[in-house]
Amino acid sequence: MGRNASLLSTQTELAPKRRIKVLVAKLGLDGHDRGAKVVARALKDAGMEVVYTGIRQTPEQVVNAAIQEDVDAIGISILSGAHMALIPRVMQMLKEKGIDDILVTVGGTIPTDDIVKLKSIGVAEVFIPGTPLSEIIEFIKNNVKRKQ
Amino acid sequence: MSALKGDQRSIARIISEVEYFNPSSSEILLELMKMSGYSHVIGITGAPGSGKSTLIARLIDEFRSKDLKVAVIAVDPSSPFSHGALMGNRIRMQKHATDPKVFIRSLATRGYRGGISAATLALVEVFDGLGYDKILIETIGVGQTDIDIMHAAHTIVVLVNPGTGDEIQALKAGIMEIGDIYVISKADKPEAEDAFKQVLFGIEGGILGQESDWKPTVLKVSAMMGQGIKELADKIDEHLEYAKKSNRFYQQIKSRRLQTLKSSLSWFIENKLEDSLKSNADLNNIIEQVKSGQESPYNAVLKIVKKLF
Amino acid sequence: MSLFNEDALNEIKKRLKAWEEETIKNDLIKYPERLPEFKNISGILLKRFYTPADIENYDYFEKLGFPGEYPFTRGIHATMYRGRIWTMRMFSGYGSPEYTNERLKFLLKHGETGLSLAFDFPTLLGLDADDPLSHGEVGVVGVSVSSLKDMEVIFDGIPMDQVTTNMTINPPAPILLSFYIVTAEKQGVKPDQIGGTTQNDNLKEFFAQKSYVFPPEAGLKISLDVIEYSAKYLPKWNPISISGYHIREAGGTALQELAFTIADGIEYVRVGIERGMDVDVFAPRLSFFFAAGTDLFEEVAKFRAARRMWAKIMKERFNAKKPRSMWMRFHTQTSGVTLTAQQPENNIIRVAIQALAAVLGGTQSLHTNSFDEAWALPSEKAVKIALRTQQVLAYESGSADVVDPLAGSYYVEWLTDKMEEEAWKIIDRIEKIGGMVEAIKRGIPQREINDSAYKFQKDVEEKRRIIVGVNAFVEEEKLEIPLLRFNQEEVEKHQIERLRKVKETRNKASVEWSLRELKSAAQRNENVIPYIIKAVRVYATLGEIMGTLKEVYGEWVETPLF
Repeated sequence: MGRNASLLSTQTELAPKRRIKVLVAKLGLDGHDRGAKVVARALKDAGMEVVYTGIRQTPEQVVNAAIQEDVDAIGISILSGAHMALIPRVMQMLKEKGIDDILVTVGGTIPTDDIVKLKSIGVAEVFIPGTPLSEIIEFIKNNVKRKQ
Repeated sequence: MSALKGDQRSIARIISEVEYFNPSSSEILLELMKMSGYSHVIGITGAPGSGKSTLIARLIDEFRSKDLKVAVIAVDPSSPFSHGALMGNRIRMQKHATDPKVFIRSLATRGYRGGISAATLALVEVFDGLGYDKILIETIGVGQTDIDIMHAAHTIVVLVNPGTGDEIQALKAGIMEIGDIYVISKADKPEAEDAFKQVLFGIEGGILGQESDWKPTVLKVSAMMGQGIKELADKIDEHLEYAKKSNRFYQQIKSRRLQTLKSSLSWFIENKLEDSLKSNADLNNIIEQVKSGQESPYNAVLKIVKKLF
Repeated sequence: MSLFNEDALNEIKKRLKAWEEETIKNDLIKYPERLPEFKNISGILLKRFYTPADIENYDYFEKLGFPGEYPFTRGIHATMYRGRIWTMRMFSGYGSPEYTNERLKFLLKHGETGLSLAFDFPTLLGLDADDPLSHGEVGVVGVSVSSLKDMEVIFDGIPMDQVTTNMTINPPAPILLSFYIVTAEKQGVKPDQIGGTTQNDNLKEFFAQKSYVFPPEAGLKISLDVIEYSAKYLPKWNPISISGYHIREAGGTALQELAFTIADGIEYVRVGIERGMDVDVFAPRLSFFFAAGTDLFEEVAKFRAARRMWAKIMKERFNAKKPRSMWMRFHTQTSGVTLTAQQPENNIIRVAIQALAAVLGGTQSLHTNSFDEAWALPSEKAVKIALRTQQVLAYESGSADVVDPLAGSYYVEWLTDKMEEEAWKIIDRIEKIGGMVEAIKRGIPQREINDSAYKFQKDVEEKRRIIVGVNAFVEEEKLEIPLLRFNQEEVEKHQIERLRKVKETRNKASVEWSLRELKSAAQRNENVIPYIIKAVRVYATLGEIMGTLKEVYGEWVETPLF
């Protein structure tokens, strides 16, 4: 770089590297946040920016927070057993708002036939207990729809 | 622009453009700056863990009861190791997540100094231009970034957590000593009274507060129970009146724009320098010379600056 | 007075040294060990084996004594299971009160000796079935109870003077207890005849189970109200079950479970005494609740250390005089988080080992998890296997025939001491800052449990810890276990409908009056239970009563800690 070289030729040079942004949310009334917190921490350690909204969230709160935060992915954790009542509502709201570029994943004790149903309404993946963190991280990295 | 009509998705997208300095954001920002200059910008600071998010959640209640539009920018630190971030400030504000007239955005510091204040202040322009009445900024509570950001706010609210020992000493660190309003949390606890007296003493003695006609106030609140929040909101509005009358309101807008420029610039230079030191062979030679004791660091600076600019 | 004579000890130490220098060195070359070091889940470093040298200053009477005697390390009763087998108390309840009534009758018929009610999440948080937040949750993980009417249905045809009932309920504990008292009354059973337990441990909610509602001080106050009221009017009721179980579920280690649970216990007793209660009046009714993990020895050591520590605390710190006040009576549940979704039948084995640990540790009652619980609520078949596991232990294994059979194992005694020593360090740290409420407000237990959970997960990922079927011996499998299913939507509708009817037929004016009375009692900082009972009698609902209390106490939102 010499005396005459331009320091900044495009604004792109000014931009920091975009990081994958994920909303981790506990849907439903259960307080079992161990999994959600472990995953949130692992995603952070993998270099992602994680917004954690805490326990007892409604579908409306989750969707609106995801929109306001402009996240690439939503990780829903639910162990209350109310997943079939609450997750379809999340997917429905996203659809109503015309959002198709946010990756939705679910973690929890979800029986096999419910996993099939959830996937049919647009949930990208369901992680059952025992799923390695590395698998979750890789899945999000490989499947977020926006270029980083 | 659907963002102007309050479409949250559009607003969120604009913010992303702006916070990442994307090429397209320059024009958007300029458009919005043409419309900005009306919002009341309130900085909420205090030591980490002092209850800023809880207080903000309560203030949103108050502002919403007057049907004001409220935006919150909550800054959280990034990890210096992984550069990832874990942001939990929203937890306490989530009950407002479904209110179309409230917009909450978390922002990670991303390990660059000027960058975060530049991004935060640029976001203030965005929310201002979009017609939000109150813009609340929650900072991490320490460091130069806080000072840069707070200097650009109209009203600085400092949250004091009682029972931490010598409250005044704790406050005499950077931004906290120039508060407009001091808030003692946990009003229901006996320690609160001590902290209240100490801060009052600090204000009377001129140790706390800025040099201006505004005499800082100190209030006790219990954010948990919602006590003292209305008084705080009234005080914040009183400060707004003062700011408008004294011209401080407009000075601060100018100062915030200047700060956005300065922060962007310093962030850019810092990064550029960092990059060049890593990649430029000439510069590397100079560095190696310093390391092996063949060159003085001061002389090296002159050489490096010459090469760079 | 040491158990061992000095000459013998010296000889052991001498030969041990030689063994380390010769035998083991050669062996390690031929047979290297599997791991560079062996640690249990609590992070305690384990030696290859233990000898009398590891417990050389062991004073038998100070550390162990005899069963039924201070410090109760060997058990709170002199005969333990030779006298009476532990209570097999299976946690149950789901769906509507009608379903639950049927299930309870089924279990009684199959030889269960105590009832245990699981509530759904709305009930656990004090929300009525018709609350918008309850949607999709009504009846899912337990029975839905919104008013006295629901409790009346649950106990229809079950004589409440002949069963004891455990209710896993925390912030709304005074309300559910009131439902129980009034339902019994309607059966003609007096309050002094009812027996059972309310979990009522609000402190652990903030860092473990997270079903908190009120802030910590108010939570503590509510717990004490139940303790105080029971001491006066419910002589057979265990007002609180100070719980470590959920600490484990949240990711804590056995050591953290031990330390934080006892620290919670100290807080309850201290505040009880501050209220002016006589320690020997309320302490005998305090009970505890622990988890049993799969490391048999770690768990047994934990139980034995817990009993000894509690006895010391009650005697030395709180000057209790009655032995009963020093008893740590506890219920055990096999650890839910150790159940794997993969190869679920393996869980039957895990549960059997965990249950054995609880029995060898001297538990008073036991719940064994069903193998399908990593997937859903247990099916009848799975519940039966879990119950049968206890019966095999009780009648075939021989472990109920001798009191405290692992005592005297060099390893078990060393580990019991070690767990105690490490637990005291944690407790002292908490006491120094003013106790558990303060620690919770500073996020100390929250952070430490989160750290353990993260570390455990990392250990599993990096195979420092093997979980059969999960990170080793993995099989491609198609999971086909018959899961319990019921029509949740129907239950929700049914419950909302019943609530509507209750609200329609009750006397509105008396409901309003009773809630106003309750509110002012709470504001005066009185014991709220008598007022809640009055409100319950006129069919004020769970949500209405909780709402009234929230107006006075406020609501807690967690601090974001990871």
